[in-house]
Amino acid sequence: MFKGMKYLRKNDAIMLGFAIVLFAVLQGLVTGRVLSSFWQLNVLIIGINIIMAVSLNLINGYTGQFSLGHAGFMAVGAYVGVVLTTNFHAPFVVALLAGGAAAAFLGVLIGIPTLRLSGDYLAIATLGLGEIIRIVIMNIEYVGGAAGFKGIPHLTNLAWVFWVTVIALFFIKNFVNAQPGRACLAIRENEIAAESMGVNTTKYKVMAFAIGAGFAGIAGGLFAHCFYLISPASFTFMASFNYLIMVVMGGMGSITGSIAGAFVVTFLSAALASWPEFRMIIYALALIFLMFYRPQGLFGYMEITNMGPFRKIFGRPQAQKLKGGKADE
Amino acid sequence: MELGQQFLQQMVNGISLGSIYALIALGYTMIYGIIKLINFAHGDIYMVGAYIGFFAITQAGLGIVPALLVSLVTTGLLGMLVEKLAYKPLRHAPRLSVLITAIGVSFFLEYTSMYFVSPTPRTFPQVMDNVAVNIGGLVINGQQMLILGITFVLMVILTYIVKFTNTGKAMRAASFDVETAQLMGINSDRIISITFCIGSALAAVAGVLVGIYYNSIDPLMGIMPGLKAFVAAVLGGIGILPGAVVGGIILGVVEALVSGFISSTFRDAAAFAILILVLLVRPTGIFGKNTKEKV
Repeated sequence: MFKGMKYLRKNDAIMLGFAIVLFAVLQGLVTGRVLSSFWQLNVLIIGINIIMAVSLNLINGYTGQFSLGHAGFMAVGAYVGVVLTTNFHAPFVVALLAGGAAAAFLGVLIGIPTLRLSGDYLAIATLGLGEIIRIVIMNIEYVGGAAGFKGIPHLTNLAWVFWVTVIALFFIKNFVNAQPGRACLAIRENEIAAESMGVNTTKYKVMAFAIGAGFAGIAGGLFAHCFYLISPASFTFMASFNYLIMVVMGGMGSITGSIAGAFVVTFLSAALASWPEFRMIIYALALIFLMFYRPQGLFGYMEITNMGPFRKIFGRPQAQKLKGGKADE
Repeated sequence: MELGQQFLQQMVNGISLGSIYALIALGYTMIYGIIKLINFAHGDIYMVGAYIGFFAITQAGLGIVPALLVSLVTTGLLGMLVEKLAYKPLRHAPRLSVLITAIGVSFFLEYTSMYFVSPTPRTFPQVMDNVAVNIGGLVINGQQMLILGITFVLMVILTYIVKFTNTGKAMRAASFDVETAQLMGINSDRIISITFCIGSALAAVAGVLVGIYYNSIDPLMGIMPGLKAFVAAVLGGIGILPGAVVGGIILGVVEALVSGFISSTFRDAAAFAILILVLLVRPTGIFGKNTKEKV
């Protein structure tokens, strides 16, 4: 136990070091004006999408509960956030946390009844709930209705997105590797078996759902403050599909995979922005061929920390066996 | 207009809209019944059907019935092709992979069509005179009668196929249990193919009828009706054909009432609210039978 902690801390220190270097490089690219403002915005969007993908992965990949309403939680976080900063002049961090808390609360509220369902039914129910959230927002005059909420202060910058992403990754990684996360994995593998082993399945399903929703809310707050205007049209179920695709592309049950998926999808859609129709056709074909030839996604269950050369740096023999076992199949 | 009459009028509108949902829902429910796939591309098949009907009328100068037939046959073949190319290779893959593929196919159909026919909505040509029957203040227009008539005819044909032909018997057997049906000598690939063909053909007719009813079609028109038809299928009990019809009509009526008496912006929310209510109260749907969960 104690030994495990030491490995964990060593790895965290390495990761933190890596994050600081990466941040320095990105900040350099931004302040040095190497990146055009279009790509600067896309760097932010990549970070936000990483949070969305990793939090959805917690629900879909690790807990095995197929949710298609993630954009709805993002919308809640976004709208709570912009109301607080624009109308009440609250500090940004308060707005983000409040947005996250509101989304998590809604996650619990929605999760308790719907998580009784499974498989396709859960997928469609969450899709429906996501749409209901959006339609309700669309009908609230106070937040601008269908036309959207205008006059949002531009508060999101690279530092905010980057460090919130790091915190989200750290939190979800530790959650997955700790006792509640193990319970979630057990539920994914076989819900009935998990229940008979004494896992309170409802509790952990709702917990994973609420945490996922909470981070989606925070990501929504970050997203909204990138723009002058947000409208409910940004949070349709198409957006939820998009996040699902990032998770599946990277590998359900791999944090590295979600990061890679979010990066690849966002980068491609930005790079092909001038050919919107082609972009979606390429995207669709990529998705179909991915399912044909690599249905487990790019990373499957693997994390970068237990792959090839990185294994030496992050050496954690015990944990490796635990996680690597599945991917060797 | 007094309240009672307005209510009846909305019922008429709702039943017309509902029969279109029913036509799409039938395809959904048949496909789900056999291969347990929420075919997200089904709504886009309906869109393609509408466009084929549109071009058959405007470019080839066909009348409404020949145009319907052209659209029905071509889209049926398209449905078979989609199944062959995209879903058949994944017959033994996890269901999530097939679901993601269906989302991929849906995007592919939407944006390929957008590339070829441009994203701007097209005005569907006026194919019939503006006739309307007035029964004591209750107005039923020609389009609505056409929709109801064609839906009724198709339902009769479908019932005949499913109940009284060998293919129909094989379809019912396959929807009980594909593997056992195979052991009994049923070519399940062929049956799945036929199911996609029939389902897509019904969706195509629904597409053309919507074009006639609303006068406007666009490449993304299939998304919402596709989802709502799925709601209708779940409402009636997924895999059950009469359930899809009843579910579709209930959904259409509720939508018409909500947009008539509350606000049309809540129309879509009503559909999803019904879905969630059904899933929570009676997940097997109105006509569904309870099945025990097995370990």
